[in-house]
Amino acid sequence: MTARMEQRFADVAAEGRPVLVTYFMGGDPDFDTSLAIMKALRQAGADIIELGVPFSDPMADGPAIQLAGQRALKAGQSLAKTLELARLFRAEDQRTPIVLMGYYNPIYIYGVERFLADAIEAGVDGLIVVDLPPEMDDELCIPALEKGISFIRLATPTTDDRRLPKVLENTSGFVYYVSMTGITGSALPDPSLIAGAVARIKAHTPLPVCVGFGVKTADHARAIGASADGVVVGTAIVNQIASSLTEEGQATEATVPGVEALVRGLAAGVRAARLAAAE
Amino acid sequence: MNQPPKPNSFRSGPDEEGRFGIFGGRFVAETLMPLILDLQDEWARAKNDPAFKAELENLGAHYIGRPSPLYFAERLTAELGGAKIYFKREELNHTGSHKINNCIGQILLAKRMGKTRIIAETGAGQHGVASATVAARFGLPCVVYMGATDVERQAPNVFRMKLLGAEVKPVTAGNGTLKDAMNEALRDWVTNVDSTYYLIGTAAGPHPYPEMVRDFQAVIGEEAKQQILEAEGRLPDLVVAAVGGGSNAIGIFHSFLDDEGVRIVGVEAGGKGLDGDEHCASLTAGSPGVLHGNRTYLLQDGDGQIKEGHSISAGLDYPGIGPEHAWLNDIGRVEYVPIMDHEALEAFQTLTRLEGIIPALEPSHALAEVIKRAPKMGKDEIILMNLSGRGDKDIFTVGKILGMGQ
Repeated sequence: MTARMEQRFADVAAEGRPVLVTYFMGGDPDFDTSLAIMKALRQAGADIIELGVPFSDPMADGPAIQLAGQRALKAGQSLAKTLELARLFRAEDQRTPIVLMGYYNPIYIYGVERFLADAIEAGVDGLIVVDLPPEMDDELCIPALEKGISFIRLATPTTDDRRLPKVLENTSGFVYYVSMTGITGSALPDPSLIAGAVARIKAHTPLPVCVGFGVKTADHARAIGASADGVVVGTAIVNQIASSLTEEGQATEATVPGVEALVRGLAAGVRAARLAAAE
Repeated sequence: MNQPPKPNSFRSGPDEEGRFGIFGGRFVAETLMPLILDLQDEWARAKNDPAFKAELENLGAHYIGRPSPLYFAERLTAELGGAKIYFKREELNHTGSHKINNCIGQILLAKRMGKTRIIAETGAGQHGVASATVAARFGLPCVVYMGATDVERQAPNVFRMKLLGAEVKPVTAGNGTLKDAMNEALRDWVTNVDSTYYLIGTAAGPHPYPEMVRDFQAVIGEEAKQQILEAEGRLPDLVVAAVGGGSNAIGIFHSFLDDEGVRIVGVEAGGKGLDGDEHCASLTAGSPGVLHGNRTYLLQDGDGQIKEGHSISAGLDYPGIGPEHAWLNDIGRVEYVPIMDHEALEAFQTLTRLEGIIPALEPSHALAEVIKRAPKMGKDEIILMNLSGRGDKDIFTVGKILGMGQ
């Protein structure tokens, strides 16, 4: 785990609240707007930023993130430019962890060694690569860990107790619990089921457990944050961006402020989470 | 099974991780991993279970119509004036192609695993029809994902699937072809992982699919080998098959891989030519990458984004290829060549008129390569080609191109 990631979890824990992890697609709707969005996320209270790397065939994503990826690719986004986004953000903010999230093929084509070197140089702290399960750890997970970059793994309701140790074995940074089977952007399940699942995972690992898939509002964030170490919000942010664009998919004056307002609300939600738990 | 790899054998793959050399593997979301491991276990048990084998053989004989005939194409051979041409007539199978061999096998597995719902992706619609057919036969609901472009150009098969009781879901993402249908099927699977069996139609995807589909299709080559030995008393000099994902090709190739004297050629869709992007020749013009659960050759750009590709044949319109073909290509055991749309179209007409067999556009690609090679070979030489599907589904597409409309 990078020192930055460790520090952020420690600082937030000291505040007695869960972390807010925000996802958006790098390059959506264009490079410059996307950099402004990334800065706005932090300004609005995001603790960790998941920076999406667009891929032509996002097999595990719902329509909202598929479309965001298509907009980004159409605007010329690439893995190299996504690393550049991280680098520019890092020049101004040395404390907010950045986690790149995407699919393996762009990294494989970029070259794993070269990618890891450039990711470290850009100030990237962790990776979530959707189509690399533990069985494929030699590809990227182990090389990343050797370089000090966290490899954050998704655990799902299908990850039973038999499989959990394997999933957690090389996971670092935090565990991302996907609160339902399905693609990104589906409906939110029952918070009490989530609390049970978080407890089950925490019995196997000292790592923080962040929960995502379906978190859209400050109330959701508060409900999930009552049991989890962190709340991940993705599709809601991507939808907020999409709703602010022109018909041709161009950014408007409402794009960045819209994201900032949404995330401010979510940040207030996680700050109320432990109060909710105490009620 | 689980025998140590034979030295000098091309038939021992994949390894336990599902790899053929560097190709194959299990590149899927964690949600699917437990299911894929269950499938692997179930498949390992089933293939050693005499009852499973007996049921497969019984359905093969009485439902599919196996063995399919081996046919000597006398007039085509005379016309080309070279090697003797034999067709393995998979187009005579129930549902009109080799696809049913795999579907019967997988639905028996789905039943064993207690799954209650079948999903499938389809390009030309042959696999969709075969899936809808076995779903009807075994009383399971079936959803078929099909690219919107393919829904249009393979309308007869869409109608057949609906008649069989399947739900056909058109996919509009991308170019609306096989790749996009596969993405959507994977999304469905991730969402409905408990109840649903994903019946993959080609020898690609995450392990164990490439191995499993190959094993269900290997009956083609096993029969053909025996049949050609009976007809000619020796093995063929050349075996040819069309390659999209590659299931009919690996099915006929696999039995011959260790026969040194047998040259093997896979035919890719050259589309409108390899210079631009309008082709699907992933081995001839692509590079290794990771998509749909496996590492294989892909059509992609320098950033690892997958290209759409093009072929006149919906069944070959896929920017990847099964991992075993990628490996056979790299080690040089099989030669892969492209055939252009117009060459396939000519071959389609040649066979129709000379032999009274309307081939699907997919094997028409293999046929075009046979037509190129046969005249250069001796009259004592033998070519075996997999005639993997019938062309009824393509008559409207071809009629339109040839201006034979009403």
